[in-house]
This record gives sequence, structure tokens and C-alpha cells, in this order.
Amino acid sequence: MNQRHASTVLDESFLSVRAKILEIGAALDRVDRALEDGPPLDEDLRIRRDKIDDAIRLLLSERPDRAERIQLLFSRKYAPGWRTDMAIDS
Amino acid sequence: MDYIDPHIHMVSRITDDYETLARMGCVAVSEPAFWAGFDRGSVDGFRDYFRQLTEVEPRRAATYGIQLYCWLCINAKEAENVSLSRDVIAMIPEFLDHPNVLGIGEIGLNKNTRNESIIFLEHLELAIKYNQSILIHTPHLEDKFQGTQMTLDMLCDDSRINRSRVLVDHVEEHTIGAVLDRGFWAGMTLYPVSKCTPERAADMVEIYGAERLMANSAGDWGPSKPTAVPDLIFELRRRGHNESLIRKLVYDNPIEFFSQSDNFRFQPRNVDHTVDHTVEAPKALPS
Repeated sequence: MNQRHASTVLDESFLSVRAKILEIGAALDRVDRALEDGPPLDEDLRIRRDKIDDAIRLLLSERPDRAERIQLLFSRKYAPGWRTDMAIDS
Repeated sequence: MDYIDPHIHMVSRITDDYETLARMGCVAVSEPAFWAGFDRGSVDGFRDYFRQLTEVEPRRAATYGIQLYCWLCINAKEAENVSLSRDVIAMIPEFLDHPNVLGIGEIGLNKNTRNESIIFLEHLELAIKYNQSILIHTPHLEDKFQGTQMTLDMLCDDSRINRSRVLVDHVEEHTIGAVLDRGFWAGMTLYPVSKCTPERAADMVEIYGAERLMANSAGDWGPSKPTAVPDLIFELRRRGHNESLIRKLVYDNPIEFFSQSDNFRFQPRNVDHTVDHTVEAPKALPS
């Protein structure tokens, strides 16, 4: 459906992407500065901080489904047998 | 372009929003029953809310030429109170014949708990018993994928459910495929932070096409933008998409889905195609 050239898409997205990456960098810098003089991250926040690193690694992958995989990374897992586990009749 | 917002909570919006929506081309909205920001304490609280949705809000909308339809239920968040939920479900049929009621919604899961699932299933029974369309809320953020899969399990395990009469709302990149693949309608909610941006929604239109797909603002009392659907229209136009594709997404599709409800009697905006035959057309272009 999308007939636009990749160069056009990148050109129109570049400044927006640049700005968002800059915001991520600045936010992580803020966390690091707070860690220099303060206590370490709480365990649940340590896990969330690691998820951010995992998401950044997904950005560097090649397949054009990064958004979907990042969504799944930040999602609770689904167990197909949940109805049995919760004792809910089919 | 005339458009329909299939999911917006106008009880939470000011009258100026109606005027803005009308100026942007909004001709109809549908308003699912939802969590008002606090837990209501009694079935009478819900009865009053349903009167607001069926009597008061349509009049407020009509002032600006907007047709307002609604959906009734007890939402997932308050469904944790099973006893109250059952009282509300028992009361809903009082309102189902009201001329602006399209069906049962927005039902679904919030934190994906046992109680929420039980009440979701009881809402399905209500919809089946009264031959109603269904509008489904899917959970927020990290709960969305799991909750959407659980919701689809419950729907697909019941052969009485007509999938063409079910709209699964708030889909994102990781849930839209499963919803459409199983034959349900899908709704994309355009929220500033927690759901889809217009740009990501436009990406999903390009990947999945516009068949059985809608877009909404879900404007409510939280951070939201009631004019988000025109933002998506603008984004799709900016990318060079055909007007017919955009119109299908924001106008034809809601009408097709809503038309399955007996109470949907949408009146398109009057377009005057009258030709004045008293003035003779020139036979040739001026030289």
C-alpha cells in the first residue's frame, strides 16, 4: 500500500527520530547522574531499566517489525492454559 | 471530510469540544459506558449514568449537529465487584430498546483477573440473549497483549458469537493482527502517550489495510485529544493516500459496523445536489 520511496520517508522522519533518540539519551543520563550520588535502583526499576536496554537492542535489528517486538518486550506473558489456571469454565 | 468517532466519552468533555468536533467534520460519535474515574457504589449510580448516555448526551450532541449513539455495560475496572456487576447486568435490558443504544460495551479486561473474566463472560451472555453487538476494551500497556489474547480465547471458544458484530478496541502493533485474523473488527485508539500516535496508526493502515478497521480518539477525562481522528486523516493525506481509503476508515466502516444494530438510524449530512435548470448552460467555452 505504501508507494513512497524510503528516502522520502527517512527524510521526513529524520528530525523527529533524532529528537526522540536525544530524549532517551538525556533521560538515561539523568538516571545515571542520580545513581552517582544516591542509592541504587529498586529491584523492580532495575528490571525496567534493563528492559530499556533490551528495547534499544531491538531498534538495532534489521527486520521491519521493530514496533511489534518492542511492544511484546514490554508485555506480560500470555499462558494459553489460563482458563484452567483460573478455574473458569469454557 | 465528514467522519465518525466510534469511541469517545463525551460525558467527560466540555460543550466546546462538541463545537470543535463539528467544525472538524464529525457527524456522529459512539460512546461506550466506561469507568468515570471513581468506583460507583450502587446499581442506581449506573442507572443514572445510563440515563445520561441515552437521554442527556444525545441532546447535547444534537445541538451541534452530531448524532450520539452509546453502548452499555459495567466496565472492566468496576467488574472486580462481581455482586454489583451482576446487578448492573440485570438492569441493562431496561435501556436496550432506547433509540441510541448500539449494544454492549465497552466490556473486557483491565488487569486480566478471574473476576473480570467472569463478568466479561456474563456480558457476552447478555449480548447473545438480546442479540446485541459488542464493543470490547483491551487493557493498557503491559497488560494489553495478555488481556487481548485472553479476550480472543473467550470469544472464539463461544460458537454463538457472530464475529462480524464484535469490535475489539485499542489494538496496537502487537495485537491488531490476531484480532483481524480471527474475523473481528479492530479499533485503533489515538492517545498522546499510552496507545497509538496518528503516525503509528497510519503505519498499521498501510500494513493491514482498512478492511474491518476503525480509528477513534477515546477522548475522556484523562490525557486525550478529542480531535485525534482528524489528525489521522491529515497524516494519511500527507502520505498521499486516496480519499476513498481514508473515508472507508473513518466513515464507511463505522457505518457498516453500527448498521448491524437495530437502533442505528444514522442520517448522513444533507448534501444539496440540486441543479438549477432555469439557467441555460453555455454551449461553448468563451473565446
